[in-house]
Amino acid sequence: MEFVSPEGLRLDGRRPLEMRQLRAEIGAVSKADGSAVFEMGNTKVIAAVYGPREVENRAQQMNDQALVRCEYTMANFSTGDRVRKPKGDRRSTEISMVIRQTMEACIMTHLMPRSQIDIFVQVLQADGGTRSACINAATLALADAGIPMRDLVTSCSAGYLNTTPLLDLNYVEDSAGGPDVTVGYLPKLDKVTLLQMDSKLPLDTFESVMQLAIEGCKAVANYLREVLLENTKQLEYRRGS
Amino acid sequence: MLQSKSFVKKTKGGKVVKVVREHYLRDDIYCGASICKTCDSSVARLSSDASTIIIVDTNVVLNQIDLLENSAIDEVVVLSVVLEEVKNKNLSVYNRLRTLCSNSQRKFFVFSNEHHKETYVKAMVNESPNDRNDRAIRVATQWYQKHLGSAVRVLMITNDRENKRKANEEGISAETVESYVKSLGQPALLDLLARPASEDVVMDSVEDLRPSKRKVIYSEHKPMSEITTGLHRGIYHQGKLRVNRYNPFEAYVGSESIGDEIVIHGRTNMNRAFDGDVVAVELFPQDQWHAEKSRIADEEDEEDESVHLVQSSADDAPRSTNVQGSSADTTPSRPSGCVVGVIKRNWHSYCGSLEPMPMPAGAGGIAHALFVSKDRRIPKIRIQTRQLGNLLDKRIVVAVDSWDRLSRYPSGHYVQTIGEIGDRETETEVVLIENDINSRPFSSQVLACLPPLPWSVSAEHLSDPNREDLRHLQVFSVDPPGCRDIDDALHCTLLPNGNFAVGVHIADVTNFVHPGTPLDDEASQRGTSVYLVERRIDMLPKPLTEDICSLRSDVERLAFSVIWEITPQADIISSRFTKSVIKSCAAMSYVEAQARMDDSRLVDPLTTDLRNMNVLAKIMRQRRIDRGALTLASAEVKFQIDTETHDPLDIGMYQIREANQMVEEFMLAANVSVAEKVLKHFPFCSMLRRHPTPTREMLEPLLRTAAAVGLDLDVSSSKALADSLDRAVGNDPYFNKLIRILATRCMSQAVYFCSGDLSPPEYLHYGLAAPLYTHFTSPIRRYADVVIHRLLAASIGISKLPAIFQDRPQLTSIADNLNYRHRNAQMAGRASVELHTLIYFRKRPTDTEARIVKIRSNGFIVFVPKYGIEGPVYLTARGDNGSGEWLVDEQHQQVKKADSSICYNVLQMVRIHMEVVEPQPNRPKLELTLTE
Repeated sequence: MEFVSPEGLRLDGRRPLEMRQLRAEIGAVSKADGSAVFEMGNTKVIAAVYGPREVENRAQQMNDQALVRCEYTMANFSTGDRVRKPKGDRRSTEISMVIRQTMEACIMTHLMPRSQIDIFVQVLQADGGTRSACINAATLALADAGIPMRDLVTSCSAGYLNTTPLLDLNYVEDSAGGPDVTVGYLPKLDKVTLLQMDSKLPLDTFESVMQLAIEGCKAVANYLREVLLENTKQLEYRRGS
Repeated sequence: MLQSKSFVKKTKGGKVVKVVREHYLRDDIYCGASICKTCDSSVARLSSDASTIIIVDTNVVLNQIDLLENSAIDEVVVLSVVLEEVKNKNLSVYNRLRTLCSNSQRKFFVFSNEHHKETYVKAMVNESPNDRNDRAIRVATQWYQKHLGSAVRVLMITNDRENKRKANEEGISAETVESYVKSLGQPALLDLLARPASEDVVMDSVEDLRPSKRKVIYSEHKPMSEITTGLHRGIYHQGKLRVNRYNPFEAYVGSESIGDEIVIHGRTNMNRAFDGDVVAVELFPQDQWHAEKSRIADEEDEEDESVHLVQSSADDAPRSTNVQGSSADTTPSRPSGCVVGVIKRNWHSYCGSLEPMPMPAGAGGIAHALFVSKDRRIPKIRIQTRQLGNLLDKRIVVAVDSWDRLSRYPSGHYVQTIGEIGDRETETEVVLIENDINSRPFSSQVLACLPPLPWSVSAEHLSDPNREDLRHLQVFSVDPPGCRDIDDALHCTLLPNGNFAVGVHIADVTNFVHPGTPLDDEASQRGTSVYLVERRIDMLPKPLTEDICSLRSDVERLAFSVIWEITPQADIISSRFTKSVIKSCAAMSYVEAQARMDDSRLVDPLTTDLRNMNVLAKIMRQRRIDRGALTLASAEVKFQIDTETHDPLDIGMYQIREANQMVEEFMLAANVSVAEKVLKHFPFCSMLRRHPTPTREMLEPLLRTAAAVGLDLDVSSSKALADSLDRAVGNDPYFNKLIRILATRCMSQAVYFCSGDLSPPEYLHYGLAAPLYTHFTSPIRRYADVVIHRLLAASIGISKLPAIFQDRPQLTSIADNLNYRHRNAQMAGRASVELHTLIYFRKRPTDTEARIVKIRSNGFIVFVPKYGIEGPVYLTARGDNGSGEWLVDEQHQQVKKADSSICYNVLQMVRIHMEVVEPQPNRPKLELTLTE
């Protein structure tokens, strides 16, 4: 199938190095300590963060650092056909773990010993790149909750179809079965905290695809920073100072 | 700007789901006109002095692609909405359009109107997709006119009246194709126009045509919805229609739903379906199944069978025809039916000539003519031409446009002229076109990939650690006489321990053809060199084929070598693969090599090597035969060609010598060794060659013939078949060969495949009785060997595996293309031999002996061993369908006179007379008649 036309347009009209439209909103769940909705095109994810709070299960409590837990779910209505998604299937367990590890790497857990941080992410609408969207939403929610972090961890995916590196694959491109590189990245520290890939790629091509994904992460980070800044301004304004 | 597109779609499971897709609109899509000041003109394709810019609609592209391909039409804007629609409707037209758009000589520009901010249109409520697309085209045209201003006229071309009317209302200039072409003032272009097939234009003529006045010849095709439900309910059966090569009024539809082939008799039942169309068939009630004989006296002038070459495998052999004649009721007949609808058309363009006809009164005006395709499976095609006088004695190419139920023949339009009928070059060109062989010279980009000439082995090659210096070995090559593209050479030395070191050295083509280069793309497209009688169409440019890669004598050449240690009992102890530098000491022909071996006075080292290898080869060959390899026979003929006129001087069977078998044996061994090595390293992406085991049905014609002459063949395995073929010795020396030829014809062809696509038991090569096989030994003339060279180089670690091998679908598509090209090359080779046979016999009527190979109701098919041709001999006059005078005995495969005075058995020898006759002017054919 032709994913990039000879005119250089992808199926949805983007060029190979363009991302989908981003949108983020902070404070979607008022009960949570921090929350955010994050959209990448038609992929829409909500994240809620509770904590730091007392550890529920004493056996899991750690005396030198905080316990980070993460739960990833997909809403029944998130895809076109309405199928009941069993909780705790392999895929969501894996993604939960991926998100937890990525977030744990940037949260300063040693500042909050004997406590627990819960991150809940739910996919409201899925159109490819849910993993990246969840990480971005979780970052925002953590920031909203005021949990100390080393940096804003952001994520973006990139693929390689029709011998062209493509940024931010949507569902159609994702299901082509080609290579799909998801990168989690700390922009300030210039460090990669997550790197996953489906399928395979020659090493030299892989490097360019990964570099593209990193560029995507940087763009996401800029946007998140703007959103957070705007949010802070709003808070400041509401306090009336 | 973001738009979202949403539509409902039915999934495979039958569920209806709503799909929502993002659709981005952009402001950085440029108009492609050089005169435009606002747009980026670096990608512009439309020239600056264009006075008119054409925008075509979908139906114009679909129907008039031949016109668009003509260089008179230029400055065309192709909208992405049109491209998309064309892609969905006809992929081959889409590919042709894409080629046009990427051709730098032509001024075709693709405008992505669907993603342009100002030309995107959203479907309105209750607007059909067709109407929306038409509106999108109009909006884009309007935008162009506004964007470019009054300096340029933007013209929309459409044959849709409604669309044209709306365009005129909106102030867009619009014209039909006909009026536009007329305005260009080139009458020859009008021939290229497809006859209006779209209902819009025919509409008004239909009304006054009153169907009662014209006879309805074909029944109506069922609407698609009815066909789909019919297929679901099992009333109709879907399959690809294949027309009998020998009788164009009989066709078969291989249907999966009833697991058998449905026979379709006559054009009326075929109901306007062409060969290769996917059709829906309705079965007749069982009692009508054998009501029609396979030979039917159709209303049309029935053409008789022509003389042709013998087939080399089942794939191109005629379908075993249905039981014929009087014995029909004793054997179960096959289901027959009629076509009720065409699901997918397989129309393309065809080569042929116009049926001779008198010039119409008003010369220069429009004449209607009938076109007869060279491919007999294609019905005559009605065309309209303004240059009838020019075309009558020419070979032309015609494309089919439509076939309505009121006309007996489909209508089409002229595409191009090839040359004079009967001219050898024209006819060769026809052969090439018919077999889709690219004989154009290599492009400059391809030639730019060649190393500079004169080329020689440099110090760099010698110092390469991956390349072994084997120049000290006494390497030689044995090939057919006059061979210029020598791709294999051999050596054989006696080792101190009494074993032999035998090497097969293959031209190192991959050293020059690198993956991803234009040269490589071209080679993979061509797939194989094509050998015609008087000409060779190379896969690689001549400098590579005949010089740089060719392992000629006394020059240093690069090679890829397989070196074995072989015991005197011909057991391979070890094998080794390496790139090398060799220097051949002798390039012999088979005859020379054979003469050396036979001449007992010669004891020079080269002759000794030859003899040693011959001894080994004989043992290996025997061992292979013991394993069950089939020695199949094919009737290959060889021409002697006049060097001046290129006319054939003599014709005879190709003689196979021991030297041929010796070389063949080592090539087989090399191929097997390489296949094992490569598959071990790359189990999922190797390119191998397999030969499927023939099914019992495929061997049925052989068994029937064998039974008729009292021969019992065991076909349970290749070994059993090989043994029983060996036992099949009659009192006649040619009997065994004949049986082998018949057996060969029942087999399907060997094919290339990607090892990941099949499971290991399916890798079997039946004919060679080898569990693994591939092609390694002729990289100059076969692309598969180039692929294998790259795999082998990667498996011994001297180069990286090209990225393409990680893409299995792409590898599979390469294998499919190679199979297609390989088969076409063979067909073209045969067609070329047939052509030369005809030229040869034109001046030399001959009497010779022939064997009966098949019995027909009104004669039999004979095989002429001396010339390797096959053709029909008629016992009754044409038109007289064997009215009881001759009876066919299906069981004993014989045809005898009603009073049993004369009887012809299958495999019997008869004497025949061969002569070229011209029943119609410009249509010579070879006729065989009995002389006894």
